[in-house]
Order: sequence, then structure tokens, then C-alpha cells
Amino acid sequence: MTTMLEVADLGHTYQAKSGAHTAIDGLSFRVDAGELVCVVGPSGCGKSTLLRTISGLIRPTRGDVTLHGDAVRGVPEDLAVVFQDYSRSLFPWLSVQRNVEFPLKRTLKRAERRARAAEALDQVGLSGAGGKYPWQLSGGMQQRVAIARALAYRPALLLMDEPFASVDAQTRFELEDLLLKVKREHDTTVVVVTHDIDESVYLGDRVLVLTKSPASVVADLPVNLPAVRDQITTREAEEFVELRAEVARLLNVGKTEAITAKRRSDEAQAAKWVAAERAANRERADREAVAD
Amino acid sequence: MSGFLQRWGVFVVLVALWEAAARFAEDAYFPPPSRIAEAAAELWFSGTADTLFLTDVVFDHVVPSVQRLLIGWVIAGVVGVALGLALGRSERAMQYCGPLLTFMRSIPPPALVPVFLLIFTLGTQMQLATIVFGIVWPILLNTVDGARSVDRTKVETSAVFRVPRTQWIFGVVLPAAAPKIFAGLRVSLSLSLVLMVISELVGTDNGIGAQMLLAQREFEFPDMWAEIVLLGVLGYVFNTVLLAVEHRALAWQPKQEHAPTGTTTTPAAVATAGAK
Repeated sequence: MTTMLEVADLGHTYQAKSGAHTAIDGLSFRVDAGELVCVVGPSGCGKSTLLRTISGLIRPTRGDVTLHGDAVRGVPEDLAVVFQDYSRSLFPWLSVQRNVEFPLKRTLKRAERRARAAEALDQVGLSGAGGKYPWQLSGGMQQRVAIARALAYRPALLLMDEPFASVDAQTRFELEDLLLKVKREHDTTVVVVTHDIDESVYLGDRVLVLTKSPASVVADLPVNLPAVRDQITTREAEEFVELRAEVARLLNVGKTEAITAKRRSDEAQAAKWVAAERAANRERADREAVAD
Repeated sequence: MSGFLQRWGVFVVLVALWEAAARFAEDAYFPPPSRIAEAAAELWFSGTADTLFLTDVVFDHVVPSVQRLLIGWVIAGVVGVALGLALGRSERAMQYCGPLLTFMRSIPPPALVPVFLLIFTLGTQMQLATIVFGIVWPILLNTVDGARSVDRTKVETSAVFRVPRTQWIFGVVLPAAAPKIFAGLRVSLSLSLVLMVISELVGTDNGIGAQMLLAQREFEFPDMWAEIVLLGVLGYVFNTVLLAVEHRALAWQPKQEHAPTGTTTTPAAVATAGAK
């Protein structure tokens, strides 16, 4: 197995006027070619920051990202991202077909683009919808278009940022199975960022569990389920049930700590407010005394 | 058909009332519409068959006026959109230029007519300068607004797929800004008519504005009114044509079933309010 993606001691700290915020800290993991790895973590733990550093959209403040042996500086040539918000990620002024062709303009001639887009749309079950505008399709179908666009690009690594979080449960199951099918057929390397524990176990060959912000990896769990999965029987399998419990436990530890930390900071904030209020009152009283 | 009647019924009734009132009042300053129509026919449509019955006045005054208006509008459109896209996509540039823009657009354009009279040669150059300076702001500011409205997901999508610069500008920013740009273009088109007339009131005897002033000075009030009606007709025609173009260009937008066709859409209304 060759290593497709390697993340080593990755850390990112945002500098803002209100102070520095460390979103991820000391993250290390590795994804083999052809693997589907789910990254699951509590919401707001820095998953998006992780995804943006891997895709080269932001530069990490420390550590390295390596894609098929090349250090990532800026967006790599052969990487695609499927975003959660398909309605914003697709271009409303382009037809479905043209949306899929859009990223291919740089490299392919028109006829090739056409063929590639048609093929990708066929793979996601939208072969008849090329001429429609995205807003004429349902949410699930729009996300299929976004997936088709990513597939047509033929990336070495496909990143997905909460890809099925904005569709209904039924559609989510369909899209999950679609992703698994496409991944099997093309041997694509996929990293899915999600906050859905069941989804991470159902989709993944491995599940990476992150801590609360600043995120680091608390567990790297292999998923020993058959490659072909089924929404009913897989979810009933002992391995699945055990794993999801394990992931939930790991996430909960992080959550309890997070809540404690938040309470502590809230209390400190409240104390500060009370003090400030008192000082202001005193000052006002003094001023009124002078005025009298 | 009933929609047509609805739209024009009130108009026809008002003209009829005006006709009756004007005939009754017999005021030289306010000739009846029929008299104005007669004057208009005499002024513009009494030519020979080989010029489609159009008179020399049409070719010497109306056509040059319309030409100046359209050329000015196109220049303002190109400058406004180009500058607007650049400023809208650069926060730094907007921080530097924002106050300057607000200041410049606050200057009433007619106030600059004397300046343009000094700088440019009398006639077309100075008139174009007046029109362009007066109407570029709604286009520019709307374009800035539209260019800024490209959401983060689209920015990141384009970045991830390493979309080249030209494709980014013409394939993403420009279409995203298009609805706002059209709103600006529409406001500017009606403004351009105003500034065309103003620019023709000084230092020239050429154009619709100049002819109107001349008619007034020579007590040819039906002629004066005919020129006013012509300006109204021109404004109406330009707006209708632009609306049709806009509908085609923005056909990708999700349809809003409840909005009747032909009425002004909300963005335009907002832009008009903003331009004032």
C-alpha cells in the first residue's frame, strides 16, 4: 500500500485582534491509496481547518501535509473537495453539465470535457439532468452533481466536508451508498470529515477520532466490515455496533472536558462582568455626588 | 389583452383629460396633446419618402443626442463594471478608495458641467464627460456590491479546482455580480437621459436638449412639449429593451412566479433608492 496523504504534526493558530485561537494542534495521520478515512470530531473542533490545510486553502502554522510524496504548498493539482453547502458550491448560472465541466476547462478540450462530464453524471445517476439548472434539482441531486464534478476531475484525493449533513436521512443513505460504490469502482482515496458517528463507521475503512478544539487525534480505529456494505445489515452487525459505541465514548470524553472548560471560562467571564458593573456603578455614584 | 388595457388604460384616460382641460383653458403654455402630436409630426415625420419620412431635424439633433447617450452609457458601463469588479474583489483597494468614491458620487454631476466646459472641447467631448461622470456611480457601486457577494464556498470551490484567473473573473465573479450590475445599468440608463439633456442646455445648439430650449425661447410651446414627450418615449423604449436583455441574460435565476412581468424588480428599486 502506498501512502497517498501524510499529515505530520499539523497545527494551525488563527491570529485575530481578540487573541490567538489554536484550531488544530499536533495532528498526525496517514491515508493509504484507495482508502476511505472518516475524520469525526465534536462540532467546532477544527475539522474544517484540518480540511482547509490539507487542501492547501490555508497554510498551517506548523507541521506538514504531503500528498503522494509532494509537500502541499497551495492547492495541489489533483485534489477535489465536495463541500457541505451544495447550493453555494454549485454555480447557479451554469447548467448541471456545465457545472461538472467547469473545473475541466483548464486542462481539457471541449469534446473531452463533454464526455468526461457525461460519464461522471452517469455514475451518480443523473445522466438525464445535464441540461437542467442546479436549482431545478432536489438537494440530494445537487450534492450528486457536486460529487460528479469532483469525480470528473479525477482527483488523487477526494476531500469531503460534511457532505451529507444538509440532506434528509433517506437521501443521506442513498448518497452514502453512492460514495461507497464510486470509491470501489475507481479506487479513489477519500477523506470524509463528519460529525455523524454512524456515518463515519458506515463509510470508513478507518475512523479517526479527534479531540475538542484544538484538535488532535485521540484514536485511529480500523473498521473491519466487508467492503460492500448495506444500510440495514451492516448497521446491525456486531462490529458496527461496537465501533460506533467506541467512537461515541471517545467523543464524549472530549465533550465533557469541553463543557467543563466552557463553564470555567463562563464563570470567569461572569465574574469580570460583575466587577466591571460594580466599578461603573461606583463611578456613576461619584459623578452624581460631585454634580450635587 | 386585459393586462395591456390595464397598463395603458389609465394613461389614455389621463391624456384624454389633459386634452379636454387644455382645450378648455386655451393656455398658450399648455397646448393640448393633439396640438403637441401635430408639432411632433411636423418636426420629425414630415420628411420625404427616401428618408422614411424622417426630417433633417431627426438626423441633425435626435440621432446625435441618442448616440451621445448610448456611447456615454457604454463607456460608463465598461469603466464601472471593470473598476467595480477590481474594487469589489480587493478589500484593501476598497479601504483606500471607498471614501473617495462616496465623495465623488456625492458631487451633483451638473455642477461639473462648467469644469468640463473648461477641460474638454465644447460639444460632444464635454457632453460625453458629463454623461459618463454622472452615470458611472450606480454601475460602479452596484458592481462592487455584486462582486463582493461571491460567497466563501464559491471562492473556495474555484480555488480548489485551481480555476485560472480569467475563468474566475468571467466565469464566477461577473455572473455572480450580474443581477446587481443590471440593476445599476438600468438606473444609469435613465440617469443618462437626464444628463444628456443637461449637457445640451449649455454651449451648444445641437441635440434634443438644445432644441427644446430653443423652442421655449422662440415661444414654440407645442415644439417644446413635443421634445419633452420624445424624451419620455426614448426613456421608455431604452428601459424596455434593457429589461428584455436582462431577462435573457439572467434567465438562469430561479423563477419567481408571483412577480408579474414588466414591473420593476426589487433589486432595481433598492438600487434606485441607493442612487439618490
